[in-house]
Amino acid sequence: MNKKQKKLLYRIIAAAVLIVAINVVFNFVEAPILIKAITFLVPYLIIGHDIIKKAFKGIKNRQPFDESFLMAVATVGAYAIAFIEQSGDFNEAVAVLLFFQVGELFESYAVGKSRRNITELMDIRPDYANIEIDGELEQVDPDEVEVGSVIIVQPGEKVPIDGVVIEGNSVLNTAALTGESLPRTIHEGDEIISGSINMEGVLKIRTSKEFGDSTVSKILELVENASSRKSKSEAFIAKFSRIYTPAVCFSALALAVLPPIVSLVMGINPAFGDWIYRALTFLVISCPCALVISIPLSFFAGLGGASHEGILIKGSNYLEALSKAKYVVFDKTGTLTKGDFEVSGVHHNSMSEAELIDLAAHAESASSHPISKSIQKAYGKEIDRSRVSEIKEISGHGLTAKVDGKLIAAGNEKLMKLLGVKHEPCHKVGTIVHMAGDGVYAGHIVISDTLKENSAEAIKSLKKAGIKKTVMLTGDANAVAEAVAKEVGVDEVYSELLPADKVSKVEELLEKKSEKEKLVFVGDGINDAPVLTRADIGIAMGAMGSDAAIEAADVVLMDDDPKKISKAINISRKCLRIVYENIWFAIGIKLICLVLGAFGIANMWMAIFADVGVMVIAVLNAIRALFVKKL
Amino acid sequence: MKKSYKIDVDCANCAQKMEDAANRTAGVKNAVVNFMMLKMNVEFEEGADPKQVMPEVLKNCRKVESDCEIFGI
Repeated sequence: MNKKQKKLLYRIIAAAVLIVAINVVFNFVEAPILIKAITFLVPYLIIGHDIIKKAFKGIKNRQPFDESFLMAVATVGAYAIAFIEQSGDFNEAVAVLLFFQVGELFESYAVGKSRRNITELMDIRPDYANIEIDGELEQVDPDEVEVGSVIIVQPGEKVPIDGVVIEGNSVLNTAALTGESLPRTIHEGDEIISGSINMEGVLKIRTSKEFGDSTVSKILELVENASSRKSKSEAFIAKFSRIYTPAVCFSALALAVLPPIVSLVMGINPAFGDWIYRALTFLVISCPCALVISIPLSFFAGLGGASHEGILIKGSNYLEALSKAKYVVFDKTGTLTKGDFEVSGVHHNSMSEAELIDLAAHAESASSHPISKSIQKAYGKEIDRSRVSEIKEISGHGLTAKVDGKLIAAGNEKLMKLLGVKHEPCHKVGTIVHMAGDGVYAGHIVISDTLKENSAEAIKSLKKAGIKKTVMLTGDANAVAEAVAKEVGVDEVYSELLPADKVSKVEELLEKKSEKEKLVFVGDGINDAPVLTRADIGIAMGAMGSDAAIEAADVVLMDDDPKKISKAINISRKCLRIVYENIWFAIGIKLICLVLGAFGIANMWMAIFADVGVMVIAVLNAIRALFVKKL
Repeated sequence: MKKSYKIDVDCANCAQKMEDAANRTAGVKNAVVNFMMLKMNVEFEEGADPKQVMPEVLKNCRKVESDCEIFGI
């Protein structure tokens, strides 16, 4: 609790104690009404002096619907009625103010607490960077570190700026960035992302970006501005609250004036006191606090909870749109598949598999093509360059090289034809590398992009979340696309698309669906930025480090787990459910109390409960949006 | 031009009123108050000087919510 809140708490306690004491005393001692009125004025002013003061300021600034002003009018009115009607019940006026203040205190405490909690979830802001000056470490502001400087990160410290490790090995905790709890090992020469925590050794890093352009700054900027992009629900509440308060105030005025006049005309007792009391009850219910606080708080909590799971949503509006997602379109490579190629089979080999891979890896040792890399990866051992000579690359075909004195040819079917080697065609999907040794066919290696472990499960969970249709777009060959689509279980697949075709395909899908159903496009952010922007919601995954993707997407998944898509949708649904619950609950209870108040069934006690009670419940409900672990 | 200011205000409704007041101020193209982050993002009109506009914004905000604060003007 801060100073302001503590002061308010003491005032509440003091006023409450005083009220009880005064009631006890007057229970035993008979006193004239004037004495009672003056005595009750003490707790009234203790609890309400600031409200009265604000009310006067409101009048001065011509703000008639200021909530302090309305509270002041309601309680002063109730006080006056108790005096005029000789009932001596001043408790009501004081209690209304007391509960109102309890509500204010609760609101500011709850909001402050969740504000801290949620920002703590994203506590990745590095406070300093270590720079070595004359052999001694000095802590400087990360903003002041220039690109290309060498910084030192000690165990337990956050990496402040993106860069490349130039000395040291360690294990990184990237949980705050990716939601992934498994630590990541890092070696000399590896790129390192700011915001991760160094767990073991001392690392020397050469910075590759300024602090402002580093991953951690980008993420913080994104998260901090997210709740500024307001959703439709928030816009609705803002509009509603602008109309609600004046509307209730005017009805209060009408309630105070019209029925007594009608009664007078009809010759019945006008009962002024009664109707004015009912009108004052209206004023107490006139504050739209519960709505105005709980809706943004729900969104804030939802965004906070999501970011803790490694799902960065750029605004409440996107969170809202995501809850209406009905179509999910995937880009294949890097999204459903890993995007790196792996040896998935060796066929028709005349020598052992290991031997074939060994020869292939050496023959391809000079090439940096992804295919060669994947063969070298499958080989897994150090390449012995001395075994290789006479490497000849035949563009568009493959290459030949002497390995251990043997003439090895490795390439596609064209190469085999060129060399006149009889080869076996492959029925598997993927890129095929045919091999020949001294002009004799030695078999072929199948290299394919492998599926992510979670892809099939991700599609299943999307279906479970009520997604109508899943679509896969790819630039790959039809056969490859169909095979992948079948394995993961997407409904539709469009293959052999150029990047521009992907945009038109998405536009086609956008046209076919209804306005209320939203279309999500999921890509890895590499050359699909136009599609990300075009879709209702663009999700970029595994986008750490790709500025273009973070810029173009509406939702950024920090790791590349496709299951996070359904999780994001579930989080948004939960959050929106809470938002609607709160809207209906708060408006409903208030309307009921207004009606009951108009008929004289609900008194001011009930009115203040409707105001404060609803607010407390709505705020507690809103905080539920933060709990998203199990979704 | 866009600028972001840290603010202090007690309740969400008051923040909403601040936003309305800021938007009514001359020289402000669009203002968004983020109550949860206690931030005000102001987009100024072409040629408007934040140093002159912001004190006006604060004055207008004070009218609707007497104990609000905008930092770093």
